[in-house]
Amino acid sequence: MNAMILIALIVGGTALLSWPLGRYMKWAMDPDVSQGLAAKCEQLFRFIGGRFVGEQQNPKQYLVSMLVFNVIMFVVSFGVMALQQHLPLNPDGQTAVEGSLIFNTAASFTCNTNLQHYSGESTFSYFTQLCALMWLQFVSAATGIAALTAMARALAGRKNMGNFVLDLQRGVFLVLLPLAIMVATLMVLGGMPMTLAGAAHATTLEGIEQTIARGPVAAFLTIKQLGTNGGGFFGPNCTHPFENPTFWTNALAMISIILIPMACVWMFGRIIGRMRHAAIVFGVMLAFLLVKSAGAVWFEQAPTQAFAGLPIEQNVGNLEGKELRFGAPEGSGPLWSVLTTSTSNGSVGAMHDSLNPLTGLTPMIGMWLNATFGGVGVGMINMFIYIVLAVFVAGMMVGRTPEYLSRRIEAREVKLAVIALFAHAFFILGGTAIFAATPWGQDTLNNTGAHGFSEMLYEFSSASANNGSGFEGLGDNTVPWNVATGIVMLLARFIPIILPLAIAGSLAAKNTTARSSGTLGVEDGTFGVMLVATIVFIGALTFFPVAALGPIAEHLQFMK
Amino acid sequence: MTHQAPSLFDWNIVGPATVASFKKLDPRLMVRNPVMFVTLVGAVLTTVGAFTSPGERGFVAHLSIWLWFTVWFANFAEAVAEGRGKAQAATLRQARKETMARRLSDGREERVPATELQKGDTVVCEAGDIIPADGEVIEGIASVDEAAITGESAPVIRESGGDRSAVTGGTRVISDRIIVRVTMEKGHGFLDRMIAMVEGAKRQKTPNEIALTILLSALTLFFLLVTVTLKPFGLYAGTVFTMPVLVALLVCLIPTTIGALLSAIGISGIDRLIQRNVMATSGRAVEAAGDVDVLLLDKTGTITLGNRMATALIPAPGVAAEKLADAAQLASLADETPEGRSIVVLAKQRFQLRGREVAAPHARFVPFTAQTRMSGVDFSATDGQPARIIRKGAADAMRVYVDQQGGTFPSSVSQTVDEIAGQGGTPLVVVEGKKVLGVVQLKDVVKGGIKERFAQLRQMGIRTVMVTGDNARTAAAIAAEAGVDDFMAEATPENKLQRIRSEQANGHLVAMTGDGTNDAPALAQADVGVAMNTGTQAAREAGNMVDLDSNPTKLMEVVEIGKQLIMTRGALTTFSLSNDVAKYFAILPALFATLYAVQGARGPLAALDIMRLHSPESAILSAVIFNALIIVALIPLALRGIAYRPIGAAAILRRNLLIYGLGGVIAPFIGIKLIDLILAALHLV
Repeated sequence: MNAMILIALIVGGTALLSWPLGRYMKWAMDPDVSQGLAAKCEQLFRFIGGRFVGEQQNPKQYLVSMLVFNVIMFVVSFGVMALQQHLPLNPDGQTAVEGSLIFNTAASFTCNTNLQHYSGESTFSYFTQLCALMWLQFVSAATGIAALTAMARALAGRKNMGNFVLDLQRGVFLVLLPLAIMVATLMVLGGMPMTLAGAAHATTLEGIEQTIARGPVAAFLTIKQLGTNGGGFFGPNCTHPFENPTFWTNALAMISIILIPMACVWMFGRIIGRMRHAAIVFGVMLAFLLVKSAGAVWFEQAPTQAFAGLPIEQNVGNLEGKELRFGAPEGSGPLWSVLTTSTSNGSVGAMHDSLNPLTGLTPMIGMWLNATFGGVGVGMINMFIYIVLAVFVAGMMVGRTPEYLSRRIEAREVKLAVIALFAHAFFILGGTAIFAATPWGQDTLNNTGAHGFSEMLYEFSSASANNGSGFEGLGDNTVPWNVATGIVMLLARFIPIILPLAIAGSLAAKNTTARSSGTLGVEDGTFGVMLVATIVFIGALTFFPVAALGPIAEHLQFMK
Repeated sequence: MTHQAPSLFDWNIVGPATVASFKKLDPRLMVRNPVMFVTLVGAVLTTVGAFTSPGERGFVAHLSIWLWFTVWFANFAEAVAEGRGKAQAATLRQARKETMARRLSDGREERVPATELQKGDTVVCEAGDIIPADGEVIEGIASVDEAAITGESAPVIRESGGDRSAVTGGTRVISDRIIVRVTMEKGHGFLDRMIAMVEGAKRQKTPNEIALTILLSALTLFFLLVTVTLKPFGLYAGTVFTMPVLVALLVCLIPTTIGALLSAIGISGIDRLIQRNVMATSGRAVEAAGDVDVLLLDKTGTITLGNRMATALIPAPGVAAEKLADAAQLASLADETPEGRSIVVLAKQRFQLRGREVAAPHARFVPFTAQTRMSGVDFSATDGQPARIIRKGAADAMRVYVDQQGGTFPSSVSQTVDEIAGQGGTPLVVVEGKKVLGVVQLKDVVKGGIKERFAQLRQMGIRTVMVTGDNARTAAAIAAEAGVDDFMAEATPENKLQRIRSEQANGHLVAMTGDGTNDAPALAQADVGVAMNTGTQAAREAGNMVDLDSNPTKLMEVVEIGKQLIMTRGALTTFSLSNDVAKYFAILPALFATLYAVQGARGPLAALDIMRLHSPESAILSAVIFNALIIVALIPLALRGIAYRPIGAAAILRRNLLIYGLGGVIAPFIGIKLIDLILAALHLV
């Protein structure tokens, strides 16, 4: 019961907050620069951007700018990590890092994934954490918001997508930074450390020397949540007491996880000028989120199998891997696991490896579908791919050449959409297949059988969904894992941005068709149902066999 | 001959189709359809497997037989659809038999085979001759029997100049003599194109079909990924999934149902048009018809019956209605125009006044002339009857006439005249002597049921625009009565073209009908231009459809067929994918039954077998058999098209989602279970 109230408060409250934020983001990202404050900001950004702020860009130019900037992000962060032992702000004397791990981490933070095959507090210096990783957490998130803004502009029928360098600055300085400062202040008040001093050394009552890692945690944590990054300052991520001290920081963190992804839908609706359509899309996403949350909480009511047959009374569900200080342990952990995987956040508030099998399935579903609000900006872009396919099939069923926002969906659009969707499935199933059949995967497992399978499946799902959370229980800091997931993360980041933007550009170039009662509406409940059905069918038909081999098999084993 | 729909499984079609479907197994043809090509490869692999695999040979053989059936059924569906077209082509071809032409060169006539005619040659055709090639009448007038292409036995008039100058090769002159200039070389004529079209020989994929093929190929790739990766997953879990079983799973999952029926749906769309005597020049045109949202309809013949008819008799003050009727009838007895006859009929209906035989010398009829703009009858005084002079005509002409006679034109009659004109009618004033008797109201009579039809079109999201040469006032009244959404008064071919362009600029797709040469630019500009077969060669060339019955009302049916075509594709795609749920629940438990099993017990995933099927082999076979049989079961639906109702897009989507989406999830659960029971009962597994 407490759990359901928690879901209602967190999800419902954030949904309410997302409405004004969406309005603000439209103002910030796609401003009318003719006058007022927007014009001043514009001047400032043009000044900062210098000659990199060019004119309006067509889809191709926009994408090239974006990719060039992302290459710079990758190279700079790679360099900082590789040279951290020679760089300042290293009070704890962190040493050189192995090459494949640097590649994996640079890829992971560049593409907003934040899959971590390391523990931050014992691997990276403060300089690396702040100037490589935290910087990437801002700009990679802003890249996503910029991409969505550009796509929405094209769908609104504008021939140009805007200017990437301008959009990037708008995303960082007008959206992410102000929000991060506000939330980080609250987090510090909630007891989170924010210091550049090195680890504290203490002597316990038993006389044992203890080293307590700390650092600029509040700043790092806030943007990690707001930007659906998810990379923790500490290895245990948001289960670490310094990264998530209390019930209140826990609640605020959960709100931060879904706030911008939710607002992105409204921003999209405002730019394309079809708020009713945005409301339907929002409703579909919200329905998925609520069903997954309720499911996860429900499945987690069952006691852990570790205690099966032992004389232990279990009346609060599975407590393995949960932090009791957050309150409502049966709700907070599963809810967080759903929120963090629905969006492509990837921070964790409980041990996913310890969840009951079917509860563990819900985060995987979140990453397979990858469009329940999703990552900042890119979640809505992913949803657009599903919308294109739903519109195509539904459009045929009403007896017309399918059209979306008055533009026809034809062979080219269908082709690009299915390639984007196929890539995601290919990375997850293909990657898992290779690692399941070889020592690359088999030798890194902590568990055998179905649970071990889930560990590998989860890792590739997380990489391909640009999520970054880990099921854990996997010895993943090996060269094969680092390289494979690094490549998957990069491809799975840019393919689903490039192709949908290409679709939007192709649609923008088409003539509009007039709307009539014979046109498929994208603003009514029927379309919402169609969209849900499309997502469920594509997801289920692709992933049902692996779900059966992993979590479902494990669950059924316990049922026996 | 009318183009009757052949019954779905006419032996004359099914026989040749059976043979053709074997010929279609040629991999070079199959590769055009990626879904069925994958199925073919699967069938070949399992056949090889049946001979080489160590155990369970019978099961694999059984499996491979059904995979071959799946492929063959798909070819059969296409062959049946083509066969139906061929049956119609055969009748057309009879008309194309070798003829001799009487070619004119330097004023002399020479006999040459029709095949040697060149474009620009002139030929003579007299009664009894078959017109050797498509062309234009340049001299003379003749009645022509066009039954060969229209199925209509009544001859039509073809004459030089004007809008009825086109003749079609293969039709027969039955009276008089015409000289025809050949406009099409043999082999490219109208009849040839019709035959090619109905046979599907030159069928190219339409844009929507191409997009759908891409989606289906992608889904095939998805399922290929799913099944191929199962092999290493099995190895991880310590089981070897055999190739035939994985092939069976793959074939069940890929959208074979829609893949098999896709081309049959396209062919049958054209076929359904032909059954309504409409020839499309491409499948693309049929598809475009489904997208049309503006119809330009000619008023005359489409919306109204074509002629103005007397609908009311309004007497002047102090005149008995019967007296007016009597006078009006007498004045119209000799008037053979449809308007005149309608007055006689109206008087008869209202007042039981019979058309009398009125003949000279008592009566002298005064015909209508452009100068007097009135007609009537004069009776000389006989048998005690006084002389009568009755005239009827347009109001302004009659006013002058009455003034000349020294009578007065009552103001209430003037008022009536204005009212009638305001309602889109034509007032005819009847005068006897110098006394105004009253007004006959002539009106365009709107066809029965047309208003409901337009309401349906509106539901479908289609706007109707009435096109007429009438003035705006008359047009507005008829438009209101017929319930069209908009009208174009005083239309000329030029402003018709203009209108189409502006509608298209606003994102509309426009369909229209036309027959005259001056309609040709508009027909070409319209997204769907239906030329009347009675029209000129230019019009027939410009449009992308030809209506052999020359019935403009048919435009609406054409739109419905276009919509039905796309809807059938969408519905069967949805059905095909929905079926996969049940197939997963049949095959995966069979595949995974022994996985993670402890000491010989059934593995945990055996619990997924919610259908409680007889055995793993029977589960897999049942799914494959269902997958094959559903193709055959749906051939009639593919050929007929799914039911179309004009209920608006959202309602149609709800309906189709329920029937083909939800129905598609449920049906195979029942079907597979039934097949499983039968297989078990027959001890086939």
